[in-house]
Amino acid sequence: MIQRRPFFLTFLAPAVVTAVILAAALFEVLQYSVREFVPGSLNVGGFTLENFTRINRPIYWWVLLDTFYISLLTAIFSLLLSYPVAFALVRAKRDWVRSLLVSLSITPLFTGEIVRTFSWMLMLGSDGFINSLLRKLSLIDLPLLIMYTRLGVVVALVQFSMPVMIILLATAISHVDRDCEKAAANLGASPGAVFWRITLPLTLPGMLSGIVVVFAWTMSAFSTPQLIGGGKVLMISNLVYLQGFSVLNLPFAATLSLIALIAALGSLVLMKALTGRLEKRLAVR
Amino acid sequence: MTFARLRSLGFWSLVVAILTYMTLPTLVVLMTSVNPTEILAFPPEGVSFQWYEKALTYPDFQRAFKNGLIVTSLASTLALIVGSAFAWLVYRYSFRGRGVLEAVLWSPLIIPHFTLGFGFLLLGGAFKLQQGYGMIVLAHMVLVMPFVTRAVYVSLATIDPNLARAAANLGASPFHVLTRIELPLVLPGMAGGWLIAAVLSLTEFTASLYVTGSRTQTLPVAMYNYIREYADPTVSAVSAMLIITTTLIMFIADRAFGLRRVLAIDTH
Repeated sequence: MIQRRPFFLTFLAPAVVTAVILAAALFEVLQYSVREFVPGSLNVGGFTLENFTRINRPIYWWVLLDTFYISLLTAIFSLLLSYPVAFALVRAKRDWVRSLLVSLSITPLFTGEIVRTFSWMLMLGSDGFINSLLRKLSLIDLPLLIMYTRLGVVVALVQFSMPVMIILLATAISHVDRDCEKAAANLGASPGAVFWRITLPLTLPGMLSGIVVVFAWTMSAFSTPQLIGGGKVLMISNLVYLQGFSVLNLPFAATLSLIALIAALGSLVLMKALTGRLEKRLAVR
Repeated sequence: MTFARLRSLGFWSLVVAILTYMTLPTLVVLMTSVNPTEILAFPPEGVSFQWYEKALTYPDFQRAFKNGLIVTSLASTLALIVGSAFAWLVYRYSFRGRGVLEAVLWSPLIIPHFTLGFGFLLLGGAFKLQQGYGMIVLAHMVLVMPFVTRAVYVSLATIDPNLARAAANLGASPFHVLTRIELPLVLPGMAGGWLIAAVLSLTEFTASLYVTGSRTQTLPVAMYNYIREYADPTVSAVSAMLIITTTLIMFIADRAFGLRRVLAIDTH
């Protein structure tokens, strides 16, 4: 038995310890979400479901809806802007073009959210890059108000999410069977028709998973709505922070972060189901 | 022919425009970091390194940088050890409860960072360890571990299983197969995963905001606190240094260990 599975326990132990710690942290969130809030104290009271019924108020529904809306807009624009880049990245004929495209599109992933958010503050502010440029060109007199708006938040979030979207789309595009495209072209389809009727439909599962991954990712964005939204745009993450650190209502903050977790998990489960179906349909065809 | 040319030109202009949108913010940060005046001016009216000097001498940033180095080195190394062991475990063995274990350890890829950070804050409170390095390191390690596991697993999966079998047939003990055959072949994957983990931990913000305190804050948290109070280009200088550091690390990782394979981007 020991000979059959050498080092099994050595490999198992650290993973189990880590999993237990992680599960304990998540359990604490769950545990706090069903506790009573004692105003003016960080200690919590007894068991209650009041935190969950409190969600059922218009202000919280609006924050939730806004979070969904911003995430959906981000996912859609991210898809539209990433597809051409991913396509070029996979199909470029020259090696150095491909390498350049990979580096340019992937490096933003690793600079971290504070640097990226700050750089967008420099871009969008009323004395920022875009407004200065437009004023220099005499296109505007008064600065455009993009900072502290939903538009500004989405513009920054789309840029953040594009590296991930590009990776997912590039993988999908590189798996398209080129023989299908060649067959269509030989049968007289124009290059445009080949793209719209062969290539694009074949990458539909990749597009769908990209949308859902970016959607789930954006729902947990914090620093962008916090700094670029500047309190005028509230996403669920900002509400959690507000409740946890300003109101010091830890139980309600726990409830809200639990809901964010469930929403992220839910959208991924939905994606699995949808892409599974889609792939089956594509296979049948 | 001309129509095809025109379409190709249009397509590539579109790609260039989109890439400009993606990279312009970074260029603007680099530009403002050498701006001579406090008021941001475009185009800049000269070059000055005063903000770098201010960033490097600002006590909060100095301490935050030190904290960040402590947290990042410990968290990424722990993630390397545990993540590699986990990759081997998944690669080699099937056992009861494996699915649950995998679900829990992959979950930080999906769980919002603020949920996890909040969880570790509460966990730290329960053990009277809040705002201490221990909890910060644990939170970071859990967050970056999936990237190590993935890098190591991809490397393991590409090893020819006959190598291990041949070695065993020739009388190598399991320990020898592990250390002389598998480990050397997986080493590049481990190194690549470790570097990714280090970069992600160094730049992690949201969870860090929850688990750090004013004495233990990491660099991104110190930057956030600075941005909220002041509006001079000091943070541009810190950002520029972070951008250059992480880009260099990722470049080295790509050249030395094949980052594209680790991230599973195949362009062929």
